[in-house]
Amino acid sequence: MENPIIELKGLTKCYSSVKAVDDLSLEIDRGEIFGLLGPNGAGKTTTILMMLGLAEPDAGSARVCGVNATGNPVAVKRKVGYMPDSVGFYDDMTGLENLMYIGRLNGISEHEIASQARKTMEIVGLDGEMHKKTSAYSRGMKQRLGLADVLIREPEVIILDEPTLGIDPSGIKAFLSLIRRLSRQQGLTVLLSSHQLHQVQQVCDRVGIFVDGRLLVEGNMETLSRNLFGEESCVVQIMLRDALPGFAAHAEALQKLEGIRNVTLQENSIEVSCSEDVTPDIVRFLVQKGLNITGVHKKEFGLDEIYHRYFENNQKKHISNGKSTGLFQRSFFKRNNT
Amino acid sequence: MESPLVYFKGLFSKGITHNSLQQQSESPFRVMVRKETGDHIRSWRFIVMLTLIALIFLGSIYVSLSNISKAVANIKDPDRIFVYLKLLTTSDGTLPTFHIFISFLGPLLGIALGFDAVNAEQNNGTLTRLMAQPVYRDNLLLAKFCGALIVVSILFLCLALLMTGVGMIITGVLPEPVELLRILWFVALSILYVGFWLSLSILLSVRFRNAATAALTGIGIWLFFTVFYRIIVNLVVNAMLPGPDYLRPEDLLSYNNLLLSLLRLAPSQLYTDAATTLLMPSVRSLGPLTMEQMAGAIPSPLPLKESLMIVWPQVTGLLAATMVCFALTYYLFMRREIRT
Repeated sequence: MENPIIELKGLTKCYSSVKAVDDLSLEIDRGEIFGLLGPNGAGKTTTILMMLGLAEPDAGSARVCGVNATGNPVAVKRKVGYMPDSVGFYDDMTGLENLMYIGRLNGISEHEIASQARKTMEIVGLDGEMHKKTSAYSRGMKQRLGLADVLIREPEVIILDEPTLGIDPSGIKAFLSLIRRLSRQQGLTVLLSSHQLHQVQQVCDRVGIFVDGRLLVEGNMETLSRNLFGEESCVVQIMLRDALPGFAAHAEALQKLEGIRNVTLQENSIEVSCSEDVTPDIVRFLVQKGLNITGVHKKEFGLDEIYHRYFENNQKKHISNGKSTGLFQRSFFKRNNT
Repeated sequence: MESPLVYFKGLFSKGITHNSLQQQSESPFRVMVRKETGDHIRSWRFIVMLTLIALIFLGSIYVSLSNISKAVANIKDPDRIFVYLKLLTTSDGTLPTFHIFISFLGPLLGIALGFDAVNAEQNNGTLTRLMAQPVYRDNLLLAKFCGALIVVSILFLCLALLMTGVGMIITGVLPEPVELLRILWFVALSILYVGFWLSLSILLSVRFRNAATAALTGIGIWLFFTVFYRIIVNLVVNAMLPGPDYLRPEDLLSYNNLLLSLLRLAPSQLYTDAATTLLMPSVRSLGPLTMEQMAGAIPSPLPLKESLMIVWPQVTGLLAATMVCFALTYYLFMRREIRT
């Protein structure tokens, strides 16, 4: 990362005794889409507020586009478009008027503001609803208007706080593909925070998992899943038509195949975990044994699994009164360090 | 959403032309003031207040017009030559005069225009959005204050000019320049007075997240100063000091002065004092005068400059109170974390 556009160093923020953000260091490159993931109350919004100079860090620094956000927030805000999680509009104004107001505040001159606002509305797909009062807007429309708000000022960096909250699935898809397209076409850096993993997985180049004010892990999807599921990098699930009686023998024989670690049987499906992808060998083996295979499914580790893996662990830790029994977590960090 | 984005880049690209245009565009502060002013004018709240003030104005003008002939013919009154000032200050006792009305209801106007200035934005989620734009935080506060103050100024100026116009049509007398100046000073004073309550209510709107709490606190302070403050001051002074009947004449003066100074802590008292002096040129002092001071004085109207000298402490007091409220608002708002 030779030229990070967002640079957080040792960022810390406390609310009375609770540490909302704890010694966070993070670098985000120009043109990248970064997903900040974490449960509610993990400190995502606080981090974003500190990047914009809307909250003051207790320690550490946040530099955005080379400017210190705490010391010079206005310069940062000129370059960064921010969409808050519950974006509000002036209800007695139409969508277009709301957008034009923001445009004016950003110094767009009077004779081009109307056309520019109209075009931005078209981009986000609100050209049909532009003259409606925002009080009549649906949640998804408000979210799009929020994006228009961000886009009209030609930012270098876009920060979206829970952008997909409360939009229907097709809306989410369109919204995220729009963000991705904009980022790719104009080289925009996008930082989006979310606790909805599937969507983030679709668009992000890199993600960071953020829990209790600390960034546990960052990297792209492949590195993350390799880090987490190193010993069982591939799991194949095979469905059979009918439950088989003498399985134990088959399992033993299967175990002898190269690269297979573990075989488990549930009703009429077999789950095989292996260190490398040997799916064809397994299938051939089973077919030779005369078993009726109805389906073969290779499990991929998505963000969901990564996330749940971590949280299972985290909850265990909480249940055992904060005692650090998180075996997984410890081994995880060990792996991260090496 | 599926529309092509080909023109997007060219449209929003920052060229030289764009930079030169940026200089012509308005500053964010002016944009905000414009929006605030527009919002106030379109709001129901302002229409209600406007109706109320217009009714007061019509009522007091009606009463004073029906008594103007008596007032102007009163030989003993040194102010009788100022027909227009008489219009504003004459009453037959059925209705208070215009400036007394304003001293009661001006605060309500100020509180109504400011009590939800910041907290409503915060509750609607627009404050975060606004603060994410490249604007300074203090610009928002200042815009809220200026926007409302512009509306109030135009309102009062219109009323004063209307009054002069109606007076001209009915009496057929041309106003003296001094009279006009005095009326304009009175308008400025009224704006300052409402400005104080406006800045107080903006302070409350920053302090309290709930708009209703802010409004009620504002109205509470207003009621305290209009109803209870005088009673409390009298009670305390009576309890702490011997009554005026037991005092020597030379002590009586300082007693009265003390009482007046305490009463002048109330903004409405400052306003009434200053307005009375400006509208009645024969008022020479706002405190008690001794016989020595009065000796040789001819009961005649003072020139405008002298009247202004008398009310200057009052004006300064009101200005200072406004500033204190504003400074507190800044202190509370500038470093606060903004989230919904």
